[in-house]
Amino acid sequence: MKGNEVIAEAAIRCGCDGYFGYPITPQSEVMETLMLRKPWEETGMVVLQAESEVAAINMVYGAATCGKKVMTSSSSPGVSLKQEGITYLAGAELPCLVVDVVRGGPGLGTIQPAQSDYFQATKGGGHGDYHLIVLAPASVQEMNDFVDLGFELAFKYRNPAMILSDGVIGQMMEKVELSPFKPRWTDEEIEKISGSWALRGKKNREHHIVTSLELDPYGQEKFNRKLQAKYREIEAKEVRYEEIACEDADYLLIAYGSSARICQKTVDLAREQGIKVGIFRPITLYPFPMEALAKWAGRVKGMLSVEMSAGQMVYDVRLAVNGKVKVEHYGRLGGVIHAPEEVLEGFKSAFGL
Amino acid sequence: MTEEIIIAGFGGQGVLSMGKILAYSGIMQDQEVSWMPSYGPEMRGGTANVTVIISDERISSPVLQRFDTGIILNQQSLDKFEERIKPGGTLLYDPNGITRPPVRKDINIYRIEGARLAAENGNPKIFNMIIMGGFLKVKPIVKVENVEKGLQKSLPERHHKLIPMNIEAIRIGMEHVETENRL
Repeated sequence: MKGNEVIAEAAIRCGCDGYFGYPITPQSEVMETLMLRKPWEETGMVVLQAESEVAAINMVYGAATCGKKVMTSSSSPGVSLKQEGITYLAGAELPCLVVDVVRGGPGLGTIQPAQSDYFQATKGGGHGDYHLIVLAPASVQEMNDFVDLGFELAFKYRNPAMILSDGVIGQMMEKVELSPFKPRWTDEEIEKISGSWALRGKKNREHHIVTSLELDPYGQEKFNRKLQAKYREIEAKEVRYEEIACEDADYLLIAYGSSARICQKTVDLAREQGIKVGIFRPITLYPFPMEALAKWAGRVKGMLSVEMSAGQMVYDVRLAVNGKVKVEHYGRLGGVIHAPEEVLEGFKSAFGL
Repeated sequence: MTEEIIIAGFGGQGVLSMGKILAYSGIMQDQEVSWMPSYGPEMRGGTANVTVIISDERISSPVLQRFDTGIILNQQSLDKFEERIKPGGTLLYDPNGITRPPVRKDINIYRIEGARLAAENGNPKIFNMIIMGGFLKVKPIVKVENVEKGLQKSLPERHHKLIPMNIEAIRIGMEHVETENRL
């Protein structure tokens, strides 16, 4: 199955209540697959093509206030349009899942794969001091796995989660083991999970207010401190990463998503030439695996951040190692995918090999 | 075994679907597969290509610079991919519309008149399966019975009646592939 098709199937299988979207290449297969599958007949999941990306994210906002498991997906220009809604969701502490199948920018850019939205995804994206929990799948299998994981983390922390994919992982087909079906939450389950804040009919309790507005700046500062405490907890508990061929490595390639796959071939090619290279793959881009990466700073001669961008994650890599090792960047831009051989050449020239 | 294949030609020739059927056939014999299309605004008439990898091991990069096999169905693709076939690799092409034939001497080159054979059999739709037959004759990496299973898996039920015709097209391709350069 294609990565995008798997996102749709995984959404149905994890008991998602609603998908709201607007088509854009290279992720249109997400909604196409959902429309073909007609989950409203099977699980009762709502699938709705909104009139725009802005409408779609605000439908997510509305449904999320009710404690429902809801999502949207788009690609770079569409995700830029959704940023207002995303910061409101973060400001109202609402769980949801946003899938971004990144393409080349800026502006309308190209429709080909890119990784140039790392800053937007990991540093907030909209206005205000907030973060999304950002998962970066490097295989079609992880497109499946991270839908459920994304919702789990979103509800655990009452924070929007994002799957930051790209046109390679979205469009490629490979083997995948789909998750078993989970039923959608019942009213009783939603009450138990989100009953303390969700808008579900007042009945006899105090009314709930879901908003991102606070007119008193001291009140808003207090709320921001609470948000920041939540982010510190996420940074402490939710870091995920993978180390590939690192044990004896003299150099590390730092890469996520499709670049991490491409780099695996680069590592094979480098090792054939007697250069010991490994890969450090951040799986959560926020929280970024700072400490885990810092451990390698004293053990390798150099690190190369490989991203299909002009160098965005490289700043987090440099922060993590704090000057203890040379960190360089390599990447093709604007929708061009770097081949494993090109990465190897880029690596060798960065470190004078 | 790892086979890294590029299939390239015009949109509408069945390039992407041939790759898909090949990938499904690999799955049917318990191999790892990846299928990565060049997607774009191009539709019928434009160029289309797909990278298919079939392997006994976990597949690393789905995106490749060099290939074991090139299945090339138009001139633009031949110009682009001939040089990207690994030395000792295989090039299979359809001479229909080719004005500058392949020149390399360090690869195996095979020719299959897919377009002509499809027209002679009165069915242009079997073109890509004739090419597939030619490929499987020179590189039998998947068994025809697994292609049949792959077709059952990848085609919707209502199209299953077309499977025997596709298998027949593979047989036609196998019989008509010609050797141009053999190492």
